[in-house]
Amino acid sequence: MTDHRLDYGGSWRRVSRKYVGVVVAESIVTGVVLAGISLFFVLVIGAWFGWWMLGAALLVTAVLLVVAPRRARAIGFQLRDDDLLFRQGIMFFRIVAVPYGRMQLIDVNRGPLARVLGLSDLKFVTAAASTGVSIPGLPEAEADELRDRLVALAESRRSGL
Amino acid sequence: MGDGPHHPAAPLSVRRAVEQLTDGEWHRLHWASPLLKGGIAFIAILAFVLANLRERLVELVIGRSGGPTGPGGGGQGGGGDAGRTFNGDPISAIYETGFTGVAILIVIGVLLLAVALFAVAWRMHTFRIGVDAVEVRSGVVFRHNRQARLDRIQGIHITRPLFARLFGAARIELNVAGQDAKVELSYLGSRQVDELRRELLRRASGVQRAEVAAAVAAAATLPPAEQDREAGILNRRVHELLGPERDLDAAPPESVVKIGPLRILGSLVVSEFTLVLLLVVAALFFSTLVLHRYFILFLLLPSVLGSLGYYVRRFSKAARYSIAATSDGVRVGFGLLSTSNDTLPPGRIHAIEVTQPILWRPMGWWMIRINRAGHASGRAGSSAPHTLLLPVGRLADVEKVLALLLPGLAGADTQGLVMEGLVARGRAASGFSRAPRRAQWLRPFSWGRTGLARTDDAVLLRTGFFWRRLTVLPLARLQSVRVSQGPVRRMLDLAELHFNTIAGPVRAELGVIDRRAAVAVFTEVSAAVVEALGADGSHRWAS
Repeated sequence: MTDHRLDYGGSWRRVSRKYVGVVVAESIVTGVVLAGISLFFVLVIGAWFGWWMLGAALLVTAVLLVVAPRRARAIGFQLRDDDLLFRQGIMFFRIVAVPYGRMQLIDVNRGPLARVLGLSDLKFVTAAASTGVSIPGLPEAEADELRDRLVALAESRRSGL
Repeated sequence: MGDGPHHPAAPLSVRRAVEQLTDGEWHRLHWASPLLKGGIAFIAILAFVLANLRERLVELVIGRSGGPTGPGGGGQGGGGDAGRTFNGDPISAIYETGFTGVAILIVIGVLLLAVALFAVAWRMHTFRIGVDAVEVRSGVVFRHNRQARLDRIQGIHITRPLFARLFGAARIELNVAGQDAKVELSYLGSRQVDELRRELLRRASGVQRAEVAAAVAAAATLPPAEQDREAGILNRRVHELLGPERDLDAAPPESVVKIGPLRILGSLVVSEFTLVLLLVVAALFFSTLVLHRYFILFLLLPSVLGSLGYYVRRFSKAARYSIAATSDGVRVGFGLLSTSNDTLPPGRIHAIEVTQPILWRPMGWWMIRINRAGHASGRAGSSAPHTLLLPVGRLADVEKVLALLLPGLAGADTQGLVMEGLVARGRAASGFSRAPRRAQWLRPFSWGRTGLARTDDAVLLRTGFFWRRLTVLPLARLQSVRVSQGPVRRMLDLAELHFNTIAGPVRAELGVIDRRAAVAVFTEVSAAVVEALGADGSHRWAS
């Protein structure tokens, strides 16, 4: 297959390597939940397709675990002069461009596992809910610094809604 | 029509009243507000009481000629006079047990208490309009204070419900962005609200803001004795300065589009809704004939009644539609019995969509919807901001309305572009890009119409084969741009483009576009958005 992959130039900043750990943990949790549902079908309801479901759940988990490093690496962002670029996904790939002036607020979240690894998630919220820019897996200090920087940038380019 | 909403030029008394309202001091609402707010409940209770009393009253007037065959006949029928079976009718119960006096006292007591409570609530409900902000205080037990900045106003909505029109009152609503974020002044004098809206928008626009501030400040520093007179003079001077513009503005703007009631009716009848209704009716008839169960026909009644209600509601909302340009934005008026009008200051429209449902194509009708901030998603109540800007109109109407909404579209070349976007067949629209032929796999019919065009200040998207659609996005209002690709599109060397605006009925996306073109558009538009953002000053549109 010729390469029809969507891509965009520029130097992308990647998230922390440790973020792979978070992705792996999430994949395992997903797998456990799926397997639990399948087992429920097998043992309680006794459905014939229960074993197939369990197999599918294990397969999905295996695939998720295999691509975890790539998924973590696929996340990137660029701080351009006037806007923020964000990319995510391998199979379903997307790039978003948000002008700094569009910032309404910035969230910095820390999940339990991310906190153990010293990571933070940074969410850039605009007036459009569909913007969906959420940069996971930033080292705590970097996330705080990035937040302050983005707020300052937004302040200097502020405009109406 | 009763108290017509448009006065050729606001009379002096009205202007003075508005000047007083906007002097930065606390004011109260119209005296009838509690009554009007509780209006529906009030009418319902009254109707209930009257319905119960009606026969009593008839009896009182006519006399007991009919004997015991009077009201609520069953109550007196079987068990004789002593039978206290009241059929659940409380009023006949009271009537028969002879507690009329006590009951009347209780009713009067409750009424007085309610009136007292409403009066206290009314006294505590105050507002003030300053140079930069509007502030409302309300509540007796739970105090509530809300302040909204004038330059954040997304639209001003004036409603005159039928009941309020009888009292010469109107409701004015200042919408700001955000869920349920509005400052509502209900009610004020009907004659004042139009003038008040003008004054609010003038302050919001930033016209000689400094002068207004200076006038108010000067008035505040004067000793109280002189204050009234001086404030009047200063304010009047400021107004005189703005005299010509105000006079021009005070004249009722002529609607650029006229829609006859017949066309509105037609547009409602020729709709997908009617089609579904007819199908349901046909299915019911068919099943009746096949099954020979005639009670099925009774199922028709509720559905027909329900849909009649829908038609009436839609019609009364779209009737007497008008749209006009004022110096402070586009004003849209509508409503048959309860009239309302909505003023959108410049730069408050985030996306515009012109669509043509397939059933409308023979008639050449179109409708226009917009995205605007403060839209309460998922709630279609009367308080939700109006997003249907043109219920039904011909191409010429669409052109006029678009020119009002986005003056940048009025140029000769862009006008051609709009026409192409709306009616031209795939290949003929030279101004628009086109999806490549391989997009047929994903868009079997509309691939040839899926494309976009750029003007200086907007992006135009053209989509849909059966439901033709043109989406216009002002660059200065775009929140973000997204390009994405899933596995299928990767196989076909295609991509998807989303233009994110604030939530509303319009979704701006291009389902299929050549991958390279998508990247190019993405680069170009994201740069143009930044540029438009820098040049945009519409939150103070006149300063």
